[in-house]
Parts: sequence; structure tokens; C-alpha cells
Amino acid sequence: MTAEREKLVLIGNGMAGVGTIEQILKLGGAYDITVFGSEPHPNYNRIMLSYVLEGSKTIEDIILNDHQWYEDNHITLHTGTTVIRIDENNRQVVTDTGLSVHYDKAIIATGSNSFILPVPGSTKEGVVGFRDIADCDAMLAAAKQYRTAAVIGGGLLGLEAAKGLVNLGMDVTVVHLLEDLMERQLDRTASSMLQAELARQGVKFAMGKQTAELTGEERVTGLRFSDGSELPAEFVVMAVGIKPNVQLAKDSGITVNRGIVVNDYLQTSMADVYSVGECTEHRGTCYGLVAPLFEQGMVLAKHLSGVPTPGYEGSVVATKLKISGVDVFSAGEFTETAEHTVISAKDEWKRTYKKILLKNNIIVGAVLFGDVTESASLQKLVKQATEMTDEIYGEVMGTGCCGGGGAKKGLSVEAMADEEIVCGCNGVTKKAIVDAVTENGFTTVDEIKACTGATRSCGGCKPVVEQILQFVLGDSFQQSAKQGICSCTPLSRDEIVAEITAKGLRTTKEVMHVLDWKQPEGCSKCRPAVNYYLGIIYPETHEDEKESRFVNERMSANIQKDGTYTVVPRMYGGVTTPEDLKRIADVSLKYDVKVVKVTGGQRLDLIGVKKEDVPKVWEELDMPSGYAYAKSLRTVKTCVGSQFCRFGTQDSMEMGAQLERKYERLDMPAKFKMAVNGCPRNCAESCTKDIGIVGNDGGWEVFIGGNGGIKPRIADAFCKVRTDEELVEVCSAVMQYYRETGNYLERTSEWVERMGLEHIQSVILGSDDNRKELAARIDFALAQVSDPWKKMLDDNSTRTALFEQTRV
Amino acid sequence: MELSSREYAVGAADDFMLQIGRVVNAGEVELAIFRTSDGAFYAVENHSPHPKGGPLAEGIVSGYYLYDPLHDWKIDLRTGEVQAPDRGQATVHPVTVDGGVVKVSLPEAVARL
Repeated sequence: MTAEREKLVLIGNGMAGVGTIEQILKLGGAYDITVFGSEPHPNYNRIMLSYVLEGSKTIEDIILNDHQWYEDNHITLHTGTTVIRIDENNRQVVTDTGLSVHYDKAIIATGSNSFILPVPGSTKEGVVGFRDIADCDAMLAAAKQYRTAAVIGGGLLGLEAAKGLVNLGMDVTVVHLLEDLMERQLDRTASSMLQAELARQGVKFAMGKQTAELTGEERVTGLRFSDGSELPAEFVVMAVGIKPNVQLAKDSGITVNRGIVVNDYLQTSMADVYSVGECTEHRGTCYGLVAPLFEQGMVLAKHLSGVPTPGYEGSVVATKLKISGVDVFSAGEFTETAEHTVISAKDEWKRTYKKILLKNNIIVGAVLFGDVTESASLQKLVKQATEMTDEIYGEVMGTGCCGGGGAKKGLSVEAMADEEIVCGCNGVTKKAIVDAVTENGFTTVDEIKACTGATRSCGGCKPVVEQILQFVLGDSFQQSAKQGICSCTPLSRDEIVAEITAKGLRTTKEVMHVLDWKQPEGCSKCRPAVNYYLGIIYPETHEDEKESRFVNERMSANIQKDGTYTVVPRMYGGVTTPEDLKRIADVSLKYDVKVVKVTGGQRLDLIGVKKEDVPKVWEELDMPSGYAYAKSLRTVKTCVGSQFCRFGTQDSMEMGAQLERKYERLDMPAKFKMAVNGCPRNCAESCTKDIGIVGNDGGWEVFIGGNGGIKPRIADAFCKVRTDEELVEVCSAVMQYYRETGNYLERTSEWVERMGLEHIQSVILGSDDNRKELAARIDFALAQVSDPWKKMLDDNSTRTALFEQTRV
Repeated sequence: MELSSREYAVGAADDFMLQIGRVVNAGEVELAIFRTSDGAFYAVENHSPHPKGGPLAEGIVSGYYLYDPLHDWKIDLRTGEVQAPDRGQATVHPVTVDGGVVKVSLPEAVARL
């Protein structure tokens, strides 16, 4: 027997309402659902409009649920239709198109409108709010036609609008009634830092100005302030606040204060009619931010699905400004009073500011400027009214500047409530993430992203998602280090290498076929990796697979974002000659190279070579490839050394060039950098290289596992040697051991930590035989390599297929 | 309304290496032509649907999927559809092989642009 399903009508097709419906669907609530929306679009992410204006996202990108979604979930959607009345007696909603639809339960989620200041002239052409796609379109259009704009309102929305218009090339002045920007979220210090930063980015300010009138005939031409002064503006954005959209509720006889009044279960004064989001007023508060509406929606969804839930108790609101390069955050209380204990740190050089407010040692509020990495942790601490401890203090206040390199330990996510929103952009709770992990066996952030949408939008929540992942997997997070090298296979690197050797597999195709890959031809992660492992196992016979190489390695040049290439010729040890420089200059001129730049590793970048010119550039340079694109030895950086330097004790230029000549072209798990210094002053910065060498009076010191890149790490002292021969042998052994045991794309900094420094030392320094065998194996592999540029020039068909552009 | 289209011969089948894209300008359109490991041909406009754009021809091809060389988006060569978790659509055009000659058919409106 199937019971007739109850009819649920949602009025308002925005984030709050549709978010609630999504939760109801997940909870298995059995309703026939109808949705009414006044806008012509399907449901979109309003908080991302700033990104649309900024140009980093398109409207398509911010659509949350497309028409297909409604269809898939059997939801009847009426766009471009406005509900004008709820008829309580007949239990019907009535629309402006003359439709009447029966409901058993109804949700009002009509959101809010821009508040337009009731000053003379506010209805003139060229005056808009910043609330929906239509406003956003108007702003994009205005920027094409006009030059000067004024944004009234120095709050979150106003500043985002202003920065968006500046990016679009307009001359923009923010007009603000008070002396401090974002005064409802920030204290005076943060506010003035924010103003200075935005001014630096081109936004102008008129502070302490009250707009009295908008001037102009049909179209606005400027603002007149209450003090009589004027500001010309061909376009005006009002961003002074929002007004809950309550007309429907009012007309239907529902109790309305500033917003539609609801209780803790989001019930309005009318039976079976609920309200969520910006149109509602809960315990006297109307919220205009995203987190509260998801929290309200969650309670309502459970209530309507018959799942027991505590009522909604209000939200701790936190603010994050969505302007690239301006990081501001605040949560809870931020204005100091005598009751508060204040912890603060201001750094004018780094332009950062951090303030935490305590009341009776409980964390009640926080403000961050410039560096908001702690925002997620702080928001949680405030929300849970956590007591300040030495441990928390250490974690949030840190020790000052760059923090010593290691990843900062996040605050425990264990205490986080299940219903807490982790991803504010997409309304994903901790529980949704935990469930995704436990039910589907996910082990990566990407899998969680695909399933729940968390981290899909601004990405700010990624660290917390990672922490949750670690927390849920616990010990198995370690075990799952055995997880596959990508989603195509559950096998680890070691297992794949063992299988290749045991079964004598010869090509990536064979490996993937025999080892039962999920995607028969792999993906962009495993194909290059397997190609590399095959090359290490069969140095003599493995035929490198061009089609499994990342573009840069396939083309032997670095692709740039516009599809042109950067060509970098070798300069052994960073040394060149006037003749070579002359040739580089001639070729650069002939092929219209956009920029010639010195690289971080003491070479010359020839940037902006057209794809079809790349082979000719090589040919005419007639220099070896600098491998600036490769997972192999990049450069050996050197100082001047004993040849010229008055402090130099060793000939670093000569040794650098010798090492670079010896090891160039060989495939490695990841890019590999070296440095040689003539004395302990370390001018070539050995401490951040994969192998760093420092000369002293009696010989050389060798350091390994340094990195200056994305995860900086200072190299570990590995050993001291007396002769040049010993130095080369140690370098050979370290490099070959890394080649044989490193995971593809694993830098030595990670490799050293995974294998353990002592282990590597015992393998290489503990046994002369081992060291000599490793060195012999690398020499054998080195005998197989040749310059890719020369090779390509001799191979007509490959060169044509790769580089030539046909016109038909 | 019937849209007329125009066929462009973009080269001999043998000119195309397996799983390695090649750029061909047909009319006003820049195409990336791919030959999958089963010998089938696909034509995609050489412009990534990623908001930051960039070429597609240099991506890694696996089965019927292309991995965008700059952003690593996974794109179905048959439909142009970007695979989850990303979203978007690359423009694809039909390809036929006729007596060893690879032909791409472009709508007249696109060809003139």
C-alpha cells in the first residue's frame, strides 16, 4: 500500500530554501515538492556573485542546482513566478500567474532585497543594488560604458562591489556614513588596515559622508552629501544593507517584525507554514550571511522529515571578505569593553593583525587581517565558547613569522559538532563529510569534494576537511598510505614496482591491463608515474612513452598560460660566455621572445616562444636543453668560489659545472636541484637544495633534502668527504637511491622524511659496496641519455606532429 | 531551421600520432585533433572550458578522455563534457575518415565566425 505523499511547497528558489530541500531529500523526507522562484534562473550561489563581478567565475560556475537536478529529484519548478498570497483556510499558495497550489507544508524562503536609501534621486537610471544576477549584469555593463562609480556603503558587500568595479577598470569611490569600514565586523585597527590595503589596490574613499541626494536628470550624475559637498558619479551602487522580503507573509496575515517571526523550529504564526533564511527573524535577529541559513535549513529539514532535533538557537556569525588578496575575518564579539581580556598582535611590516577577545577566560570573539589561516579554528572556538588554555594560545598565536616550516598542527576537529558547517559556500556539515568517508571509504579531499561539494568553491575550508579526514581515518589513515597512486588502482608504488619486476611487464599499457586498472589507459597521474617506474627498472630497453609525458616534458619546453613556451638553454654551473650570450640575444630578437629573465637557478628564461617556432629556436641556439621543465636535474647553482672570491676555499664553479654535466637529462621522481658553495658563507644557498654542497678547507660537506618551494625545508647534514671523487660518488649514490625508491613526484624533502635520514645514511655510508653499486647503476643509466632537442630535430615526423600547426 | 555545415580535410590519418594531439586551423577555428588508441579521431576546439582558458592539444589522452594540459580537467572527447568534480563543456565537432583522409565538419556559422 502506498500512502499519498504530502505536498510541500517552497516559496523562493534561493540558497536557504533549496538548501533545506536538499537536506530533506538526503534525510528521505517523503514529500511531493513544488518550488516557486521569481528569478528566471535555477538556484545559484548568491555569495559567489562577487567572484562573477571580479571575473574569476562565470554565472554558469555559480549555479548550484541546474534544471536537471529538479527533474532528477521529481521537483516541480516554476521560475519567473511570484507567489502573492498564502490562503490558510484552503491551504493553497496563489501566484501572480493565476496558479493555485495545495500545500500540506509550506516554506517561505523569499530572502531579502537590497535596501535602497530613500533619498531624492534614488530611482534614477544608473542606480542599482548588489543582490542578484541582474545587478551583477548591470555592473558589468556599466563598466563598459562609464568611468566613474560610487558605492554607497562600506560594509562587506559594498567593498566587494567596489573592488569588482575597480577590476573592471572604473574609478570607484566608496561612500561610508561612518569613519570605519565594516564597523559591524571589525575593530578600528583592522578597519584602518583594510582601508589602507584597498586604497593601495585603487579604491577611493569618502568617509563620514551622509548621502543627501543623487543628482542628475534621467540618469545619475553624482552624489550630494549632507555637508553640501559633491561627488561626481556616472554609476551608483547602493550596498547599505538588506531588507527582508516579507511582503508575501504580511499580505497573508503572518506575524512580521523586521523579518518573518519564527520560533526555534522555524515555524511562523501560520500553521504548517515555515520560514528560513534572510527573510526570517529569529529571537529578534535577521541574518544576512550564509552560515545561519544553512543551520536554520538543517533544523527545519529534520523537523519536516520527522528526525528528532534540538531547536535552532541562533548562529555565531563570522565574516570573510571575498576580495582576492585582502584577507579579513571576524567572528563573535570584536569591540573591546572593560569586561574583555584582549590578546592581540599587530605586524605593520607583514600587514597582519590578530585579535582574540576573552570574557572570563572564554573565547568570545576574534578578528584577523592579512593572514586568515586560523579563521576556521577561531570560528569554532568562539562558537563553542571554549576556555583559553596555554595549548590553544600556542596554536592560534603561534610563535611569530614563518613558523619554522613544518605544517602547523590544526586544532582538534574531534570536538566539532556534527551539524557544524565546514564549507560555508556549499553548506556542507562535518557530519556530511564524516559520512562520506565512512560510507564510501573515501580517503582524499578530491573524493569528498566530488561527493559533497565541500571545497568546491572558495577552497577556504580545505584544511578543515583534511583534518576531518585524518580524524575519521585515524590509524587507518596511516594504513591507507597503502592507498593507490591514483584513483585508477588500489596498488601503491611499491606494489606496482614489485609486480612489474615479478611479471616482467614492459609498457604502461601492459601494466594497466595485467594489474587490472579501473580506467584501462590510466589518467594524467598514473601514466607518467608508471612510465617513470618502467624507465628505472629497464634503463636500457624501456622506450619512453611520449604520450604518457606531461606537456612540458613532451615538448622539452615550459608551456605558459597563453599556450606559448619558455625555452631555457643549459648553462653549466650558471656560467656562460659572451659568445653564447650573443647567440641567445640574436635568437631572442629573431623569434620575438617576449621576456628574457634570469631564473632562480642562474639560467636564462626565453619566455613567450610560439609553439611552431620552438624547434627553430633550439636549432639556432644550438645549445643543450636546460631541462627547466623536467623531473630531472634542473640546475646546479654555484657561488664564485676559489677562482675569484677572497673567501673561497674550493672551486665551486668548476665542481658545479662538472656535476651538472654528469647528471643532466636523467629522469628523477621529481625535479632535482643542487648547489655548490666554495665556503661556509653559503652564497648559493645549499640549505634549500635537494643536494647542497659546501666547501671548506679540508673538503666538502654534503646536505640533502632541502627545499625552498611549496613546503620549505632546510636540508639535513648528510656527511663530510675529503676528495672530489668521494663527493661525486656520494652524490651518485644518493641520487640513484632516490631514483629507485622515491614515489613519482615525491621531492627529496618528503623522501628524506619518509625514509628517515639515518636509514639513507646507513645504506650509502654504511657499506662501501652498496655505495659503489648505486653509483655504478646511475652511471649505466646515464650512458643511455641524449639531448632531447637534438633528438627532436633529427626526427622529422615527430617534430611535425608535435609542433607544426596546419591551416586548411 | 537547418544549419549548413562545411567539411575540412585536416590531414592524412597517418599524420596523427596515437594519443598525441595536433593543432589544425580550419577556417577561423583552431582545432585540437586527437587520435585515441583505438584509432578513432576526435576534434575539439583548442580552447579549454576552464575559466582561465588555454590550449587543449597538449593534454594527456587516456581512453576517450583528455586531461587538460594546464588545469588537469578531465574532458570527454566524444561530448566535450567536463567530468566531475569540475563542470563545463568543450566544443566538439564531428570527424569522419574517408579514404585515409581525416575530415572535420564545422557548422557554417562557426567556420566563418
